[in-house]
Amino acid sequence: MLSGWFIILASFGYIGLLFAIAYYGDKRADAGRGIINNPYIYSLSIAVYATSWTFYGSVGRAAADGLIFITIYLGPTLMFVAWWFLLQKILRISKANGITSIADFIASRYGKSTAIGGLVTLIAVVGITPYISLQLKALSTSLTVLLEYPEIVMPKADSGMPVVSFTAFIVAMAMAVFAILFGTRHLDPSEHHEGVVAAVAFESIVKLIAFVSVGLFVTFGLYDGFGDLFMKAAAKPELKKLFTISPSSNYAQWVTLTILSMAAILCLPRQFHITIVENVGTDHLGKAVWMFPLYLLLINIFVLPIAVGGLLQFPAGNVDPDTFVLTLPMSTKNEGLALLAFIGGLSAATGMAIISAIALSTMICNEVLMPALLRMVWLRLNERGDLTSLVLNLRRFSCIFVMLLSYGYFVFIGESYTLVTIGLLSFAAAAQFAPAIIGGIFWKGATAQGAFAGLGLGFVVWIYTLLLPSFALSGWLQQSFIESGPFGIELLKPYEFLGLTGMDNISHSLFWSMVVNIGSYIWVSVNTEQSAIERIQAAIFVDAEKYSGTAGRSNLWQGAAAVDDLRDLLYRFVGPYRTEQAFKDHARIRGLDLDDLMAVDAEFVGVAERLLAGAIGSASARVLVASVVKGDIVSLDEVLQILDETSEVIEYSHRLEQKSSELEIASDNLRKANEQLQELDRLKDDFLSTISHELRTPLTSIRSFGEILFDKPEIDLAQRKQFLSVIISESERLTRLINQILDLAKMEAGSMDWEMSEVDAGEAIEEALVAMSSLMADKSIALDLKLPDNLPHVFADRDRLIQVVVNLLSNAVKFCSGPEPVVKIAVEADGDTLLVRVVDNGPGVPDGVEEMIFEKFQQVGNTLTSKPRGTGLGLPISRQIVEHFGGKIWFEKAAEGADFRFTLPFTRGFQIAE
Amino acid sequence: MNHSVLIVEDEPNIVLSVKFLMEGAGFDVRVASDGNSALKEVNQSPPNIILLDVMLPDRDGYSVCEAIKANADWQDIRILMLTAKGRDLDREKGLALGADDYITKPFSTRELVERVVEVSKELAVT
Repeated sequence: MLSGWFIILASFGYIGLLFAIAYYGDKRADAGRGIINNPYIYSLSIAVYATSWTFYGSVGRAAADGLIFITIYLGPTLMFVAWWFLLQKILRISKANGITSIADFIASRYGKSTAIGGLVTLIAVVGITPYISLQLKALSTSLTVLLEYPEIVMPKADSGMPVVSFTAFIVAMAMAVFAILFGTRHLDPSEHHEGVVAAVAFESIVKLIAFVSVGLFVTFGLYDGFGDLFMKAAAKPELKKLFTISPSSNYAQWVTLTILSMAAILCLPRQFHITIVENVGTDHLGKAVWMFPLYLLLINIFVLPIAVGGLLQFPAGNVDPDTFVLTLPMSTKNEGLALLAFIGGLSAATGMAIISAIALSTMICNEVLMPALLRMVWLRLNERGDLTSLVLNLRRFSCIFVMLLSYGYFVFIGESYTLVTIGLLSFAAAAQFAPAIIGGIFWKGATAQGAFAGLGLGFVVWIYTLLLPSFALSGWLQQSFIESGPFGIELLKPYEFLGLTGMDNISHSLFWSMVVNIGSYIWVSVNTEQSAIERIQAAIFVDAEKYSGTAGRSNLWQGAAAVDDLRDLLYRFVGPYRTEQAFKDHARIRGLDLDDLMAVDAEFVGVAERLLAGAIGSASARVLVASVVKGDIVSLDEVLQILDETSEVIEYSHRLEQKSSELEIASDNLRKANEQLQELDRLKDDFLSTISHELRTPLTSIRSFGEILFDKPEIDLAQRKQFLSVIISESERLTRLINQILDLAKMEAGSMDWEMSEVDAGEAIEEALVAMSSLMADKSIALDLKLPDNLPHVFADRDRLIQVVVNLLSNAVKFCSGPEPVVKIAVEADGDTLLVRVVDNGPGVPDGVEEMIFEKFQQVGNTLTSKPRGTGLGLPISRQIVEHFGGKIWFEKAAEGADFRFTLPFTRGFQIAE
Repeated sequence: MNHSVLIVEDEPNIVLSVKFLMEGAGFDVRVASDGNSALKEVNQSPPNIILLDVMLPDRDGYSVCEAIKANADWQDIRILMLTAKGRDLDREKGLALGADDYITKPFSTRELVERVVEVSKELAVT
């Protein structure tokens, strides 16, 4: 026996189960292991599209008009199968920009405009309220019908009112509570309510099972399969026309309804919410494009059989076809199935109402209440502490408000309409968003003013041609408003506007609202300018692919903000945990040290704005962020530079410029390198020419005397000896020269074999003196030697050290002059180096060439031809050697004569020993 | 009368050999070891022939050659550049400045003598 209390218990039991699922879903999501992260649950959740309107109303529609009910499912199927790219683009844009609702999406596209956000919210609330009230109506009707079991009694519009109303009120509040509990649990920047989504997906399974069960029961229980059912129906002409397409079918209506439902699947706030906002993986759409249409197909297979079955079972017409799903099982006393059907209807209604309430409350709060409150400066909202609870409470009240409004519509208007008509009223309202959305993601030129005009005027037309007549039909306006137009003006008749007849009410309204909506949207957009932020947003939305990696990251903010200001702001709306998490993540990506960060740049501000936008909507977020950011939104010119087509050209030419300047630099470098090479080449030529000259000179003497001696054997002995000695000395000179050239080349190339060891420098100097002693004696040059005993050792190549001393001594000997030529050698310890001085009393070195003399083949002061010629390599070689030992050699300016000095570092070991 | 030869050369051993060769060929030989003393010698008594080294300690042989050729009184002096600078460029420069011949060191003594004798014969004709 299906008693009243059992039905109520079962209903609450079922709702309890939904609570449990939602609770579990939230818990899992909190733990980071969400259960809804798969395409199947995503597709099932989209099936929230199938509401109690589908569950009860499709059968009602089919019973009245036949196959046309299918258009409501044809549209979404077309959208998912053929126009999925549209959904994908919207999804991508929304994910990149933290979109929280359809109002946020449209407002965001048109420059984060609060006006548009508010208008969209208004349209949504006014438009969707009848739809929610439809759920209340379906639910309370089905409950009332079921409570009469085993009788089949239709609730009477006049007498049954209080009971029905009370049931509806309880249902409305229960749904509000559900929406509040799971939809406003905490402020989530991503606006994900995984528990609710899980519950909705579960409901989709339940309603499908329930509906299919009833269908199977009717087709195979009451009748003997489809063949039997339709054979029996075909026998009755008034039933036959339901499932045959006759020439009298209204094709225009088929097209209108298909288009309308296509728009609806995109534009209904709850569909946008569940498909776009609640989506946790953009790739889930791939499976949903066939799974969701499949679901629609399954739930529609039995619509016609149930309708036909119902009409056959209740030929008297005393049973509302909207209740066939419930009354058919009841009529055969199939209690279990009747209860299942009721639960299925309950699922369809609650799923829709809850998601709609969440979507609408988010919009009301983010797009209307928060911007309004933020504008009320006297509230000092900016200075208040934690605002998350304020935002959440606003949403909770919004939920209750939406449900109360729906309840009100149900009580005052709903009774006079069938389910389908109410649903289509909402569809037509939601369709007003389509031009702004589709235009917004494909047409960069669409302006906020254009969108506002289109939305606003389309909405006005919708009110005039659908909403006001619905008031009139319910008796809240004069019936004459419909019949003869306002003030009796025929042309303004709401169902035959400007004399347009021959269309059903919905097609008529859609036609006029779309003409006005699209017309004004395009006309105003073309004739108005976009603001800077509109341009940016337009580019981000239209070129979503281009900006997918950087969407919203384009630096809309100029200037910087103090990190603490931003932190304070975010703490209040999204809480410390999420704020710090987001800051840390961003800092890590950018490689910033958060602890050292005082002021943050535009990119950082952008991150904060998006986080905030997720919680309270982009329009409110912008107002708030603007209050802490010093500086303004980027100027128009800069925006042009960043985003516009023109800017791409600028960018391109800039890059070209850069490339050409890079080329210039490169060619400049090449030119310099070439010059250096030429200089080196010239130096090499000079060097070779000099070497050649230096080699030719002794060779000239050798060859000349060789030939002279060969040609003139008669030369006397003394002269012969003289000539031969020239040949010998010039040969020695040549040998010395070649050796020195080789030495120098080796040293310069770094391939010299040095035999480094600890050397007693004093001993080495003495050895050099011995080598030079005979020459000095020949020239009667006096030696003044200061060589202290026990000098620390130096680290050097002994032979090369001797070579340096010999070179300096031979220079000194060569240039010594005066009646008393003297060469002075002084050795002393100077700190940690050994200083050796070789001084002569010759003409010295002319000013300005002190450095030159250490270069190759630079001989100076070589005026006295009697002096032995040097090779011009002695000093350069000495410098190479001394520098290799870690010392230095230089010429010290002296009053008379030349004073050459060099230093050698002592070896460390001996230094310590000292 | 013997033609006079001025040897301008800073390498004493080369001077020694060239002087021996020129005297052997019957010329009156004078020697200058740098550019300025060479011009001084010419000024005192212009020689018929100058054997001019290019690399001199004070001023190079080119400028000495130029200075002599610039003086109208010294147009008859024959100048033979005698240098270790063997590049074509150096040779052309010397000839362009009015040198009558250009001999590269190390030279063949016979060739040197022949050339100087040849020049002196031209002098004898004119």
